[in-house]
Amino acid sequence: MLRFLVRRLLQAIPTLLILSILIFAWLRSLPGGPAGALLGDKATPQKIADLNKVLGLDQPVFLQYFKFLGRALTGDFGNSLASGQPVMSEISTFAPATIELGFAAMVIAIGLGIPFGYLSAQFHGRIVDNVIIVLTLVGVAVPVFFLGYVMQDAFAAPLGLPSQGRQMTGLDATSITGFAVFDGIITQEWDAVWDALKHLVLPAVALATIPLAVITRITRASVLDVLNEDFIRTANSKGLTQSIVRRRHVLRNGLLPVVTTIGLQTGALLGGAVLTERVFNFRGLGYLLAEGIERRDYPRLQALLLFGAVVYVLVNMLVDVSYGIIDPRVRVR
Amino acid sequence: MQQLRLTRTRRIALIGLTGALAVSLSACADSKRDEGAGGGATGGTMIFGTAGNPKTFDPTFTDEGESLRVVRQIEDTLIQNKPGTADLEASLAEKWEPSNDAKTWTFSLKKGVTFQDGTPFDAKAVCFNFDRWYNMKGAAAQSQMIYYGDVFEGFAKNEGDAGGAPVYKSCEAKDDGTAVVNLNKAKGVFPAAFTLPAFSIQSPDALKKYTADTVTKSGDSFSYSEYGTKHPVGTGPFKFESWDTAKGEITLVRNDASANKAKLDKLIFKVIPDENARKQALKAGEIQGYDYPSPGDYGLLRNDGQQVLIRPSFNLLYLGINQSGNPKLKDVRVRQALAYGINREQYVKSKLAEGSEVATEFVPKSIAGYTDDVTKYPYDPEKAKQLLAQAGASDLTLKFYYPTEISRPYMPNPADTFTAISEDLKKIGIKIDAVAEPWNGGYKDDVQKNGKQDIHLLGWTGDYNDAGNFIGTFFGRKKTEFGFDNPALFTALSGADAAAAGDAHAKAYQDVNKQIMEFMPAVPIAYPTPALVVSSKVKGLVASPLTDERFNTVSMG
Repeated sequence: MLRFLVRRLLQAIPTLLILSILIFAWLRSLPGGPAGALLGDKATPQKIADLNKVLGLDQPVFLQYFKFLGRALTGDFGNSLASGQPVMSEISTFAPATIELGFAAMVIAIGLGIPFGYLSAQFHGRIVDNVIIVLTLVGVAVPVFFLGYVMQDAFAAPLGLPSQGRQMTGLDATSITGFAVFDGIITQEWDAVWDALKHLVLPAVALATIPLAVITRITRASVLDVLNEDFIRTANSKGLTQSIVRRRHVLRNGLLPVVTTIGLQTGALLGGAVLTERVFNFRGLGYLLAEGIERRDYPRLQALLLFGAVVYVLVNMLVDVSYGIIDPRVRVR
Repeated sequence: MQQLRLTRTRRIALIGLTGALAVSLSACADSKRDEGAGGGATGGTMIFGTAGNPKTFDPTFTDEGESLRVVRQIEDTLIQNKPGTADLEASLAEKWEPSNDAKTWTFSLKKGVTFQDGTPFDAKAVCFNFDRWYNMKGAAAQSQMIYYGDVFEGFAKNEGDAGGAPVYKSCEAKDDGTAVVNLNKAKGVFPAAFTLPAFSIQSPDALKKYTADTVTKSGDSFSYSEYGTKHPVGTGPFKFESWDTAKGEITLVRNDASANKAKLDKLIFKVIPDENARKQALKAGEIQGYDYPSPGDYGLLRNDGQQVLIRPSFNLLYLGINQSGNPKLKDVRVRQALAYGINREQYVKSKLAEGSEVATEFVPKSIAGYTDDVTKYPYDPEKAKQLLAQAGASDLTLKFYYPTEISRPYMPNPADTFTAISEDLKKIGIKIDAVAEPWNGGYKDDVQKNGKQDIHLLGWTGDYNDAGNFIGTFFGRKKTEFGFDNPALFTALSGADAAAAGDAHAKAYQDVNKQIMEFMPAVPIAYPTPALVVSSKVKGLVASPLTDERFNTVSMG
């Protein structure tokens, strides 16, 4: 297992290096630039050229890249042009919000998606199945920001849920880790925990809809496949109870593609978080990313996109590891 | 089927969660102590929702509205705008007087004023600030001093490429209460430019203590001293308490030593970028006001019991004309035809917020230099067609550039504006070749630097009460955006700028405005009015044309 992990980590290095080149080149090929954004309405071509020179953005792109790489290898991703703050400290300040939101969304998506998918397969072709299929289609098709607005208008007031923000001003736990709920628990500020949880509900549900729908569909398809396998017929024929067949044979085999999907969906959460965080004013990495793009904040975007890539690589590695637990054949290979 | 032996349902459930847990394992959390937010949104606290993050509260290095909104509460300028107007009134200076040649400005300062760090405000402090700006070192720092660059043009030693000859010469502290600022040349922007928050007087002690001038380049970005983000010190009615970047909250507390003492104990600016989220927060009582409500919501907000405060217009939306584009645009009759062909009354009525007006020239009404006595171009499509025919331009095709991904106070919805104007132009027989580009993704470059357009949408938000801030910026020199060379106009504008403040200054600009409306280098479209909204409990907030709202007069119900 250790060798497997080390091999995967080594494989990640060229992946990240290639990604860093692509991200760097992509950002600089976008029309406009940080100078125009920094100077705002008062920008004149002369002032933009001057600022680009001061920032070193008039140098050849490959030279800029090597300078960036040299600094990045020492952990220095520079300062955000939008805020003037070191980019890494921005990421560590804003990451807890996104992790909290993403975690809550995935708990909802997995907690409901697997049972729904399983139910749908069990009742294949019947009304339960049809209802679930339609709902998952809606879940995938409705844009997150639209759903967000609808939820704010329709559910916030009647359910007494906050429609924006992460914590009520003045009602916040002493910040230790930056995770609002967790901080409240360890400092035993229960009103702050309750407040933070209430703030999580609407954005987490909005963010969960797409992964929930995808997980449901994949679970359903996978369980249906397994149900038609010979070994299920064998298990049934040799007289195992339904619950043992389901637990040991159907779920175990049916979950493999679901785990892959969960991994991919977790990686894709940052994308969904950009819209969700904006609509619900939930200040996390998605919020940083959106502001970074608006202001063409190269240092912040470079660091954030690379950070996203690292998360994606790590999540996929964990998915592979979990394969080994579910299916020992993977380990043997 | 060996693998079946390892089955455990509980473990499967755990595996299912692996993906979600993975993210939390791969990031670290910065521990950040949040202090002093305990008071809540009751009693003497007002929370105001703003549209974007500030950058620094040292106004020397920013021209960005969200930073300046906070700066205006913490710091004072020598002269300020009368609440709700762009007229000048005393602030830190009780009186200000130019010499005959307008190259020397004498400020008689208010007595007994102290900075929030307890140090005295006097003429030495004023001169310290002026000298600080003038002597600023480093290309990085100079490149960030956007307003200083505009107004004073150059530094003791220019380190970037953009600097010119400095307008500032020296400052003398004649006595504690008299500061004399000497200039190398007279400029019409004075005294109005002294109201700019960029020229707020800050505590010399604090500036030195926190090495406020340190702006260094780190990689392809800048790093600033902590002065501007953690320790700004001025003489204003509120003191800076904290800026929580994670929560996007800037907390100010009352400065009891201020002569313009605030009524609120605490003023919190809360960053909520999405307009709908700001509205939701106001409805839920989480904030007591916010900026830039959507004009479509004014009615709903009022029905809800909120107060919509309309700002007097200090903005201009115009249709730019590039005479280096389509050669037919060099003919003044074609340009005038565009003005006659656009139904501006209809556009303003149907697309802009209440209070907005049709623009008859390139400066808003509240500015000295505005005149009613200019050539008017009321909507007249027949006349437009005739003029086009006379100019041999009946079969005209124009490349019409408009921006996307932006909303400006003068142009809330560029696509809507484009549609309205292009429909009008089509009616007078002009074919439109539409080009949409993201604002900061090529639009400004293509329009202002590359001059790719024939016509385009742009506008301006004024900074201070001087016509030069509008027409001088647009038409003061040869520019790619408009593609014309009109030395007579350039000379008239520099003459008006050099005319000493007062009636002569205003008269000079009135004459230039007449000249411009004959020459028609662009078509002024509208003076739009942005608004802000506050809850019914909020009293005493006056909407300013310059977004210069002061919260010291605000009280909560």
